[in-house]
Formats: sequence, C-alpha cells, structure tokens
Amino acid sequence: MTKTTFAYVTYIRTTPERLWEALTTPDFIRQYWFGATAESDWKAGSPWTLKMADGSLADAGEILEAVPGSRLVIKWRNEWKPEFKAEGFALCTMEIEPVADVDVPAVKLSITHSIDRADSGFIGAVSSGWPRILSNLKSLLETGSIVLNPVKPKG
Amino acid sequence: MIALDMQVNACLLSTQSQTCMNDPDLLFKAIADPSRRKLLDVLHEHDGRTLAELCEHLAMARQSVTQHLGLLEAANLVTTQRRGREKLHFLNPVPLQDIYERWIRKFEEPRLRALHQLKRRLESHEP
Repeated sequence: MTKTTFAYVTYIRTTPERLWEALTTPDFIRQYWFGATAESDWKAGSPWTLKMADGSLADAGEILEAVPGSRLVIKWRNEWKPEFKAEGFALCTMEIEPVADVDVPAVKLSITHSIDRADSGFIGAVSSGWPRILSNLKSLLETGSIVLNPVKPKG
Repeated sequence: MIALDMQVNACLLSTQSQTCMNDPDLLFKAIADPSRRKLLDVLHEHDGRTLAELCEHLAMARQSVTQHLGLLEAANLVTTQRRGREKLHFLNPVPLQDIYERWIRKFEEPRLRALHQLKRRLESHEP
C-alpha cells in the first residue's frame, strides 16, 4: 500500500448546478466548513486556497480540473502544520452525478482524497473532518440551515 | 421485517444503491449485524481493501462476506472504486454522521446546556 485514500459519498436532494455553486462560492462554503472558506476562480490551472475563520492560511494548491456541475479536482497541500506540509500534495476529487429514477431531484456527491504515501497523517486529519462538513452541506442545501454549529460552552 | 428484507433485496438486485439513498431503515439494518460492524471496523483500521483482504479478517465464506458488503454498500456505508482488475472497498462514515445528528446530538444538547448553566450558576455563586 503506497497510497492513503478515503472515498466519501453522500446523496443530496438538490441539482448539480446548486451543488456546484455550493462547492465554489466562498460565502456559502463558510457556512458548512465551520467558518473556514476556499477561494479560487475555479478554473483549471488557477490557484486555490483554504483559509481558516481567522483568515490564516490552512491549505493551498491548484485547480487541476473544473467541469461545472460535474467534476472538480484540486491539488491540495497543508500549509499550517509543518509535518503535514512535508507530506506534499494530496489530490482531492469531487464528483457530482445526478441520481436517476427518483421523485425529487437528487445528486450523488463523491469526494476522494488521496496522497502518494502510506499512513498519511494529513489524510487521516482531513478524513475525520469531511463527514461533518458533508452533513452540514447536505442539511444546508436540503433545509436551508445547518444542524452542526460548533459547540463551544463558555466558562 | 419481511418487508424490509424484500426492500434490501430489491436494493441489492438493482445494483444501483442510489435507489435506496439515505434510507434510515437500511442503515440501521446494516449496522445491526456483528459481522457487518466488524467489516466497518476493519475498513476503519485500513481503508481501500479488496474482498480477499477483507475475508482474511472474518471467519466466514467469501460469499457471505460479499453479501454483507452488498448490504453495507446499499446503505451507503461502504463505497467502492476500481483499480485495474481489483475492486477496493472504502468506509463511508457520512451516513453515521447523519445518525449522530439525528439520533444522538439532538438529545445530548439540552443536557449539555443544562450542565453548562449549572456550572455558570455555581461558579458565579448565584442562587
């Protein structure tokens, strides 16, 4: 095994166009990414960054493929933790497919994140974050609000 | 139960788990079996395994493992990818997150809030 990969899938009752917009609009991304957001002009060859809620740089890379409503491939490297940065670039592929034979329009969103090294700490870290982000994204698109607000009891 | 079994079979037969997307009955049925939970644990330990690799961890016939994987796939708990001639299985924890939000977090929050208020009251010496 020379690769670390995870592959997550969720079904969302929305259209490919709306989902694409949700994946590429910084203000919308912020709502389901726990305050962080991604910026790019979302064209192949363009730079891509992911900034934390306080504006500091978390990850950076390049858009490798961008087919609106269908496919987004990002070359993705962590910039925040030296040991993760040292692992080099990972590849994140997001695929949108319309679901056939359902009453309400729905799409299948598949996210694959992989890196060419065994037991990657970076992939381990992002893989634990994606399910919460995807759940938020699903709720936001289906109901207009998110379920998971960060719980931060004060005191 | 029979109806649910038939539904599961229909999903398995359709080979397109999409027709069964987000079905909570399928999801709970999928995690109701110890062998299937074991499969999820094995995938959690190391993702992207072939059927042969998964069989090594379970004392059961290859055909049974295939059946269990089919059910997990129908419930969207396992996703697969082709790599050449091999089919790799990945754990998809997204539906589990949905269960957490729907069935755990909702009931947990009022309790956490109550504890938080108690702590504040005690620490501020309010009556």
